[in-house]
Amino acid sequence: MKEVVLEVKNLKTHFRTRKGIVKAVDGVSFKVHKGETFALVGESGCGKSVTCMTIMGLIGRKKNEVVEGDIFFKGRNITNISKEERRKLRGKNMSIIFQDPMTSLNPVYTVGTQIAEMPIIHEGKSQSKAKEIAVNMLKKVGIPSPDKRVDEYPHQFSGGMRQRGVIGMSLACNPELLIADEPTTALDVTIQAQILELLRKLKEDTESAIIMITHDLGVVAEVSDSVGVMYAGTLVEKALVKELFKKPLHPYTKGLLKSIPKPGSKERLTIIEGQPPDLHNAPKGCKFYPRCSYAMDKCREEMPKLIEIENGHKAACWLNEVNKNGK
Amino acid sequence: MLKYVVKRILMAIPILIGISVIAFFLIRLVPGDTVTALLGVNYNEEQALILRAKYGLDKPLVVQYFIWLKNVVAGDFGNSFFTKEPVLSAIADRLPVTLQLMFMSFLYSIFIAIPLGTIAAIKRNSAIDYGASFLGLLGVSVPNFWLGTLFILFFSLNLKWFPSGGFISFLEDPVQNLRYMIMPSVALGTAVGAVVMRMTRSSMLEVLGQDYIKMAEAKGVTDRRLIFNHALKNSFIPVVTVLGIQMGYLLGGSVVIEKIFSLPGVGQLSLQAITNRDYALMQGCILLVASGFVIINLLVDIIYAFLNPKIRY
Repeated sequence: MKEVVLEVKNLKTHFRTRKGIVKAVDGVSFKVHKGETFALVGESGCGKSVTCMTIMGLIGRKKNEVVEGDIFFKGRNITNISKEERRKLRGKNMSIIFQDPMTSLNPVYTVGTQIAEMPIIHEGKSQSKAKEIAVNMLKKVGIPSPDKRVDEYPHQFSGGMRQRGVIGMSLACNPELLIADEPTTALDVTIQAQILELLRKLKEDTESAIIMITHDLGVVAEVSDSVGVMYAGTLVEKALVKELFKKPLHPYTKGLLKSIPKPGSKERLTIIEGQPPDLHNAPKGCKFYPRCSYAMDKCREEMPKLIEIENGHKAACWLNEVNKNGK
Repeated sequence: MLKYVVKRILMAIPILIGISVIAFFLIRLVPGDTVTALLGVNYNEEQALILRAKYGLDKPLVVQYFIWLKNVVAGDFGNSFFTKEPVLSAIADRLPVTLQLMFMSFLYSIFIAIPLGTIAAIKRNSAIDYGASFLGLLGVSVPNFWLGTLFILFFSLNLKWFPSGGFISFLEDPVQNLRYMIMPSVALGTAVGAVVMRMTRSSMLEVLGQDYIKMAEAKGVTDRRLIFNHALKNSFIPVVTVLGIQMGYLLGGSVVIEKIFSLPGVGQLSLQAITNRDYALMQGCILLVASGFVIINLLVDIIYAFLNPKIRY
């Protein structure tokens, strides 16, 4: 196995609010290796973005944000390092692409200036050298006539081009880890495919690890190597992509897979009944049991742990235990 | 850009003509005219008729207006009915005082308001923020004439730090000039500063909540760079609009402040012209102030283009 770039151990991100503590992320563990694309899947509000913002160190700086657990970056525990050291990691060693390319570029600076800022602040490059890098990055992400485009403002770029620009910016310092927070959600379908293709190509070139946050299982199947399924702040299933699609072990994952429309099929789409729990007072046992059609008494009482069921495929569900013991 | 500026200047012409119409007819709605003011208690019909004929005031109003307009276009604003001094030179004498007052008020207000508003936004809900909001509310609520009067009472009469009124030219004695100008400038600029501070704060708060700021943080920029390079320029766009409008307030407020501090500026001159029904002088002053406002607004629009790349003329 290749070098582990990121290891997250029992990560908890809680927000103190007036209504009580919101456990947005509640004990998440996973590893991402060099050159691997790890997808975090789940519906809105399940804590996938908060997990990544915590890894980036963008959450946990305010008084009402409590972060517990450990984050190891290339073997080094970065959970409690100083703000300044954390800042130096951001952009240089780990970077992030946000969902909406329309708003993630600063409207008053040229795209080139914004890309060039990365090598200037992290590598101490001169203005002209940094601009050269910016032109190169634009070229790399497939923007036509990059030497002209480098001096244009974000509003002169289309949505897909802006996302390319943001990707170019994120990769300007060759980070070991790239977090893509729903990078294609705000784009139309043809552009989505292009951006995914671009990310795949860049990953092959740079060998950086990618965490792909998405709620789109199509995207997962397209680009990722392994997958973690999140529900209400916890990982409920983790597996290689093929395994997950072939044999989902958690009822939630099963529900997700059933809710994808299949072209040509006359079958009715199944939905997962109910709503995700309110994270202010999540149920005591398994957080999914109120919506789960297989729920047992045990599910109500005790939270199942994420355990390995078969060759690396992990799930957090009492059902698997029952099946195992049944055999 | 040049084309736009020329276009804007041409657009100012109908605006100024409109203002000249209003200025011309409005002042004539006021009971009494130049002649009644000139003759005062010695007023009698015969003399009044002679004087009116002499100044051309016996002609129909519309005819009077066009005669005046024709002269103005030729650069002749007429003479004051009272001092016989040409209107243009009377204004030119007083203009530096008003300009200095406005300039100092402007500098005072932005040098306090912009840093304070920015800090208040960065340290939202802190003691500094609450303090700034309180000062902002106070500054907007306190009328400038009252503040001016208090300053005179406190700093001039009690502490004797500054003179209570009058003026010495900057070219004559810069230090004395500043001593005369500080209190009026602060009294005039406080309300403007308060408005600008509040605008800076809310605009900064909005910008700090934007995705591109989150992105900049994710890029690992320092806090200083985040504020100065990424947030400030964006937050200035609405602030500049407010500043442009507030310059109009400074122009209007200078009339009151000049009166309180006995500054020989254009405001005092206009006031005097109104009391004397000195039509030519009054019209000249109004036209000048209006042109000033048009120019300020043009400048604001030009600054926009520098701040916001989406605006290209």
